[in-house]
Amino acid sequence: MSKWLIILSSFGYLSLLFLIAWWAERNACKKKWLSGSGVYALSLAVYCTAWTYYGSVGHAANQGLSFLTTYIGPTLMAPFFWILLRKIIRICKTQRITTIADFVATRYGKSKSLGALITLVCFVGILPYISIQLKAISNSFTILLQGSVESRASLAFFYDTSFYITLALILFTILFGARKIDTTEKNVGLISAIAFESVFKLLAFLVVGVFVTYGIFDGFNDIFQRAKVQLPSSQELLAIDPDRGYADWMLLNVLAMFAIVFLPRQFHVSVKENHDERHLKKATWMFPLYLLLINIFVIPIALGGNLLFADNPIDADTFVLAIPLAHDQLGIALFTHLGGFSAATSMVIISSTALSIMFSNNLLMPLVVRSSTLTRSLQERMSPLLLQSRRAVITALLLMAYLYYKYVGESFSLVSIGLISFVAVAQFAPLIIGGVYWKGGTRQGAISGIIVGFAIWTYTLVFPTMVSAGFLPEGVMNHGLSWLHPGSLFGITSLSPIPLAFFCSLLLNSLSYYTVSLMTSQTSQERNQAEVYVDIFKYSTVFESSIVWKGTAYQEDIKALVGRFIGPERTARLFTQFMKKNQINALPQQADFRLVNYAENLLAGVVGSASARVLVASVVKEEEISLEEVLDILQESQQVKILNRELEKKSTALVEAGEQLKTANQELVKLDRLKDEFISMVTHEMRTPITSIRAFSEILLDNSDLNDEEKARFFQTIIKETDRMDRLINQVLDLEKMESGKIQINLSPQNLNDIIHESLNSLDLVICEKDIVLHRSLQDDLPLVYGNRDRLVQVMLNLVSNAVKFCHDEQGEIRIFSGNGQDVVKISVQDNGAGVPSESRELIFEAFYQAKNQSTHKPKGSGLGLSICKKIIEKHQGDIWVEEAKGGGAIFSFILPKIK
Amino acid sequence: MGDKVLIVDDEPNILMSLEFLMKKSGYQVFIARDGSEAITLLDQELPKVIVLDIMMPNVDGYEVCRYVKDHDHLKHTRVIFLTAKGKEANIKKGYDYGADYYMTKPFSTRFLVEKVNEFTEIDH
Repeated sequence: MSKWLIILSSFGYLSLLFLIAWWAERNACKKKWLSGSGVYALSLAVYCTAWTYYGSVGHAANQGLSFLTTYIGPTLMAPFFWILLRKIIRICKTQRITTIADFVATRYGKSKSLGALITLVCFVGILPYISIQLKAISNSFTILLQGSVESRASLAFFYDTSFYITLALILFTILFGARKIDTTEKNVGLISAIAFESVFKLLAFLVVGVFVTYGIFDGFNDIFQRAKVQLPSSQELLAIDPDRGYADWMLLNVLAMFAIVFLPRQFHVSVKENHDERHLKKATWMFPLYLLLINIFVIPIALGGNLLFADNPIDADTFVLAIPLAHDQLGIALFTHLGGFSAATSMVIISSTALSIMFSNNLLMPLVVRSSTLTRSLQERMSPLLLQSRRAVITALLLMAYLYYKYVGESFSLVSIGLISFVAVAQFAPLIIGGVYWKGGTRQGAISGIIVGFAIWTYTLVFPTMVSAGFLPEGVMNHGLSWLHPGSLFGITSLSPIPLAFFCSLLLNSLSYYTVSLMTSQTSQERNQAEVYVDIFKYSTVFESSIVWKGTAYQEDIKALVGRFIGPERTARLFTQFMKKNQINALPQQADFRLVNYAENLLAGVVGSASARVLVASVVKEEEISLEEVLDILQESQQVKILNRELEKKSTALVEAGEQLKTANQELVKLDRLKDEFISMVTHEMRTPITSIRAFSEILLDNSDLNDEEKARFFQTIIKETDRMDRLINQVLDLEKMESGKIQINLSPQNLNDIIHESLNSLDLVICEKDIVLHRSLQDDLPLVYGNRDRLVQVMLNLVSNAVKFCHDEQGEIRIFSGNGQDVVKISVQDNGAGVPSESRELIFEAFYQAKNQSTHKPKGSGLGLSICKKIIEKHQGDIWVEEAKGGGAIFSFILPKIK
Repeated sequence: MGDKVLIVDDEPNILMSLEFLMKKSGYQVFIARDGSEAITLLDQELPKVIVLDIMMPNVDGYEVCRYVKDHDHLKHTRVIFLTAKGKEANIKKGYDYGADYYMTKPFSTRFLVEKVNEFTEIDH
């Protein structure tokens, strides 16, 4: 195949990536799906590297099914995304953490040493992994050009295409991975390009898979049948080795479960670039589906390759390219090459971006901020320095990876290096899982765990490869202590080297993490973070007030510090927003502790948490806080939230109670006033008859010359007024008794018609005297009611005498009705007088209403009659009211419940 | 013919006794049952003395008193309140309205007659 076609198409592909990244960056705001769950789920497929692409087939062809563990592990992990990954995402979002090193360092008190250690492990673990991607790209070129893998590593670098590819990758990574100073900002362009790569490599692999399975062979069945017949040994490949296979299988699955979460590039796409926790839901099924699709054709291709190249064996890692080439399908071969190229580039780009942030935040920045003179002299150039350092790291890292591939990597297969990297990052598992679920883990515990794990990893996996590559003398391993031999550590011979190394390193790592944590104690800062990490869902909404902090800081200092890193304008804007959101008063010079936490958070997004801590501490006078205080304040801030809610409820209740009290009080005041009025009305009403009595008595006394008629008139008046007085006194006492509830009314069944007759009998005389026409329309079979006869007669008398008093002077008419409703018996007394004005209809039943509101000539009566009626009716569970009669006049009605 | 005395009250029995007392003392007696009637009679008859209740329908006694004091043609009319309202505040209010005398019910008939005599004699 033409060399230039291959090279041009490869660079053409890279240009397409540039274009996609650039376009996505431009349209990030307009096209929401670019930061949606689909792109997110696809970006997770950065997990599938050139190792998947070429290595899976190679591994399957030589060693059988165990390659699947790399994909089964993540599939098993996927259901836990919502539990573990969501928690990690939430923690990182609230604390603006962007790398796995920072994540671990922050949990253990923002420890600089731990951050540096994790970064180092990642570097050592990932560098070979990146280098094998370059190797894969290079091999792919070689095969296309020459038809077989003949090492090109010996070529001078300027003849080596992979060198130029490396340069292009450096450029791309710098352009899209290290452009923004604040690492917490989402990189839509980069991630869209990665998602595109995921689609592209899957498509390419499916094409070659379909070509092999259906183009060359006659489907799955055909391949498996032929393999069974022609290559009997291949049957072993399709089963798990019963001797050591099961334990290996299980351990490798667990290893891959850790890798999918803790690989720096996975952390980068799944945590740092996560826009919304809910995207995990789609990733939970979409990512395993992707893994399934990309693995469907692995075994057919592997078996097919073994069949096709049975006579002339070639490196199985190259089957996907060699098979189309052997069948002169140059187009498919080129497409496959680009697919593998895309798998490799996506891994290289994301890994180096993640590592560059780790390096600058956890190795470089701590050095810079440690020296205050350096910080000061770099003041203005802080943010360009950071970006440049990241770019430098990317460049250096990829060049180192290139050199590693050129001088070391030749000797290893894709899969082995990949798995060795997996074991390295799996060392983070105890620290992280322990860190987010156990509050007891300490910094010393974490450091010792990682050191022990890393040491065992180096000893069991790095040394032997170094030896076999000839960098270390053979003799290093033959120290005579067989139980310490890397291949059979502690005498375990039932495991393959990688599962064994994984098992031993992780076991000892966890043990030392646990025991050292128990033996050491946490600082207040660690304790605080432990609390926040483990209970992040409780704290994430109140994060700024959950980080406990005591000391003095000045707003200006804090602002200047943050401004140095993210620019003064942006700082001012963010601070204003934050203060508005949290209702922090901008006036005092002393900064609110939430603002200090926020500033530290902002800086953490730029320089990493440990450096941010140091930077903030440099402008803030902090006071040491005891553990108890930390816990107290934390619990307080939580309880305050709960209490606030309760308080709100209580205060609403209080307001209600206050309202009720106010009403009650008003009622009381009104009652009090009514009582005063009542007394004053009663005394006034009493004075009137007394005045008359006295006046006439004096007249009678002083005027002996009165004639008999006059004498009689005056005496009669005195007697009448005495009666009036007596009536008034009786009524007052009556009313008082009823109001105070002292009176007990004895109830018995009554026919209200009888009561009407009885009262009318005693009023006959008055009615006749006034020439009033009386109509009765009484219902014959009136239901009985429970009542007190005397009291009900009193009510009737009262109503009828009122009617007599108020009805028309000359043509008085009174109508009495009785009847019943569903539950009640109703009695009405209608007159044809002036009626009761509508505004007085309620008030008329109050004591002395008329006397107080004199608008007519005072009629006879005490002013208490209707009040007493109302009281009596109420005592009978009835109701009494007045309404206007047709053609004027008043109708007084009352109802009483009938006996059921 | 004696001096004109206007008695104002809404209690018929009290009116009856006052009418008897005033006639007995030789006055020409006019009777009003409420404030507005009183004002009509005041303007018509220009009485020497008005014996005035306070709590009455329509126009109350205070208003009638003010009417007397505010009108020049009634400057010779003396106002005696005769009322059951016996509180300090009521008495003060009565004098504030310009009353010449304030008497509470129940009252001494002799004393009232003396007062009326006193007020009618001054101007003789």
